[in-house]
Amino acid sequence: MSVVGAIRPDSWGLALFLHVAGAMVLVGALTLSSVSLIGAWRSASPALIRLAYRSLFYGALPGYIVFRVGAEWIADKEGLADSNLTWIGIGYGVSDIGALLLIIALVIGRIGVRRINRGQGASAISARIVTGLVSLVLVAYLVAVWAMTTKPT
Amino acid sequence: MYDALLFFHLLATFFLAAGIVIYSAFVLGGPVSRATRTIAEILWGVGGLGTLALGIWLALNRPEYEIWDGWIIAALVLWVLATGSGAQASRGVQPAGDDSAVAIDRRTMFAHWMRVLWFTLLLVVMLWKPGA
Repeated sequence: MSVVGAIRPDSWGLALFLHVAGAMVLVGALTLSSVSLIGAWRSASPALIRLAYRSLFYGALPGYIVFRVGAEWIADKEGLADSNLTWIGIGYGVSDIGALLLIIALVIGRIGVRRINRGQGASAISARIVTGLVSLVLVAYLVAVWAMTTKPT
Repeated sequence: MYDALLFFHLLATFFLAAGIVIYSAFVLGGPVSRATRTIAEILWGVGGLGTLALGIWLALNRPEYEIWDGWIIAALVLWVLATGSGAQASRGVQPAGDDSAVAIDRRTMFAHWMRVLWFTLLLVVMLWKPGA
């Protein structure tokens, strides 16, 4: 039985709410970043590249922190913190690799925005690298959503 | 069957959230490109229909839930409110054509933040299921 679909103790609600809401902000911000960067491929628009970076920094990063804190909290409440279940493993694996890729995307994105701010123009290569990283993280998180709802064993 | 329904229902909710995050960027002064706005509209539209249709299907699929349960009625009302606010916000955000930020009037901003409120309450109702 899925955690999201199940009737569960009210005391688990806040932890699950933080986990799900954080994940939604994270996925939304990654989507915005990805769409903006793909748009910037054609136009090389500095405004879209800045928007992509800001959505990662002000949306995806805080969303990730809230989502991860919520994940640890709900796993602890359900007694799953040290579980070997496959779906828990997928969740933690995707979350950890996603964090690493997000940090790399933030660093490359920051370098790209600094170039724009200095008047050196947008770097097409760094914009494409960040697009690839962000899109990869986005797909990985959708796989995690599948794992969290279907709970494969 | 239940797992697939639940997955697509939750995926549709993520689409709604993504549409809201993109519109939040517009309202907060981010650039409005035609492509980004179109993607936001598609996410909001597909997410809205998906959450409604799959949510009703889920309620009919599970013996422990009835479509007239209080929390399901509350969720349907919140969905209607969010859709109404979303339609108003959507009309008020039109791209200028050069990927720049656009001036957004107060009514549109209010409609958007009301949509955020209704969506958050919808999430609360779905997770806590008061009365279930």
